[in-house]
Amino acid sequence: MKPLLSLQCKECDHEYPIEPRTVCDECFGPVEVIYDYGQLQDRFTRQLIESRPRNLWRYRELLPVDGEPRSGLQSGWTPLIPARRLAAELGVRELYLKDDSANYPTFSYKDRVVAVAVTKAIEFGFETVGCASTGNLAHSVAAHAAAAGLEAFVMVPHDLEEGKIVGTRVFGPRLVKIRGNYDDVNRLCAQIADKYPWALVNVNLRPFYTEGAKTHGFEIAEQLGWRLPRHTVVPVAGGTILPKIAKSYQELIRLGLVEDNKPVMHAAQAAGCNPIVKALEDEEDLFHPQKPKTVARSIAIGNPADGYYVMKAVRESGGWGASAEDAEILDAVGLLARTEGIFTEPAGGTTLAAAIKLIQSGRIPRDEPICVCITGNGLKTIEVMQETFTQAPVIEARIEAFTDLVESAREAQPARQPVTH
Amino acid sequence: MSITIQIPAALRPQADGQASLQLEGGTVREALGELKSRYPELGGRLFKSDNEVNRFINFYLNDEDIRFLDSLETKLKSGDELAIVPAIAGG
Repeated sequence: MKPLLSLQCKECDHEYPIEPRTVCDECFGPVEVIYDYGQLQDRFTRQLIESRPRNLWRYRELLPVDGEPRSGLQSGWTPLIPARRLAAELGVRELYLKDDSANYPTFSYKDRVVAVAVTKAIEFGFETVGCASTGNLAHSVAAHAAAAGLEAFVMVPHDLEEGKIVGTRVFGPRLVKIRGNYDDVNRLCAQIADKYPWALVNVNLRPFYTEGAKTHGFEIAEQLGWRLPRHTVVPVAGGTILPKIAKSYQELIRLGLVEDNKPVMHAAQAAGCNPIVKALEDEEDLFHPQKPKTVARSIAIGNPADGYYVMKAVRESGGWGASAEDAEILDAVGLLARTEGIFTEPAGGTTLAAAIKLIQSGRIPRDEPICVCITGNGLKTIEVMQETFTQAPVIEARIEAFTDLVESAREAQPARQPVTH
Repeated sequence: MSITIQIPAALRPQADGQASLQLEGGTVREALGELKSRYPELGGRLFKSDNEVNRFINFYLNDEDIRFLDSLETKLKSGDELAIVPAIAGG
């Protein structure tokens, strides 16, 4: 008996066998993996999960693979950090950071979705994997493909940050820079998938790929001692992760692994690319695509394919959205680094900046447990932070010079106070 | 105006297997109407109702999403290329 049953269109309910599939043939809606939860009810227990190695495959019954995992055996199980100093700074009682900037092997949440997609590509017999990417996905696909011995073909916008290009090319994929923004790359990839027999992880493996994002939510719940945060703030780009975290929470509730505390989902976007937050704020049914212009390149998707499901998950849970200007994003990157010792990319700054706005506006009450999802690492995009600093002092290698420097700095800036709990 | 319409693989079975075809129309709406009259089953999948296109399908006129132009009322000129592309997730 297998819990994995079929693929089903999220719009028209048309069912398909487990196969590479981009969209529903009938209505072009996205297709989703359907599990037989009845079979899992007594079998998929906290005890079973806790007995397994600390990686994302400990939730394998709720991931769409048939056999043994073939990729990402060390991915997932990233830190969930009680952020006491940041909580004190923001004036909230209970704040957690789910820190996928420490994900393995490429330091973003994408290692979760790619672990599942590459395992599935091998199960389907593909020899080449690929993707359309704003950087993090390219990075992850290239690394996982190299480790699995697969060919990789990754397509990115032509002006992507150098750190992400180098960080991807080192794994030896064919990397192609496409003139235009991510939405142009994405459109081209839809056409490439029609033409070449490749596993494009976010195109024809999308139904499987997206399921990997649920593990971010499973881990939050388990690491909180099998309970859910009341509020979860999630960045929105293509719209994969927010609805999948919501799904992960609902699956855990359904299987009796956590209590239903009516978890609320909130969306974070950059002001320079906020089609979903704008539609939420304007209470529109349809979002309008935008031409992205933001420092948060990894979430600069102006035409998010899963945007409707983000809006649905946010609205059904009673959540809201907020967007942050570039300066606010970089400030939040700095705040997170200074208070918690975590260096996130601008996408993470966007999420924190949005969380701050939702707290300040009262959408997130200060006395309820909050989790902010940090999905990428700042070391990949160092150039955006460089201009936020003044020049570091340069001195001669003499103790007098050092003493002078320290004494003058002490006058200018008082020492940092630890937070005591 | 004679324009070229590109058909994605998922819709080719409803268009006699063609990857692209030529047709006439002064606006995107007219061109898609013409496509629908030639291939009613295909047309049924492009539109949710007479006035509303299927939100999971994007239309690109010469590489630009028609929602950045005048949507269905966008004017066409001879030689234009209109691509029908399913919406795809990513990041």
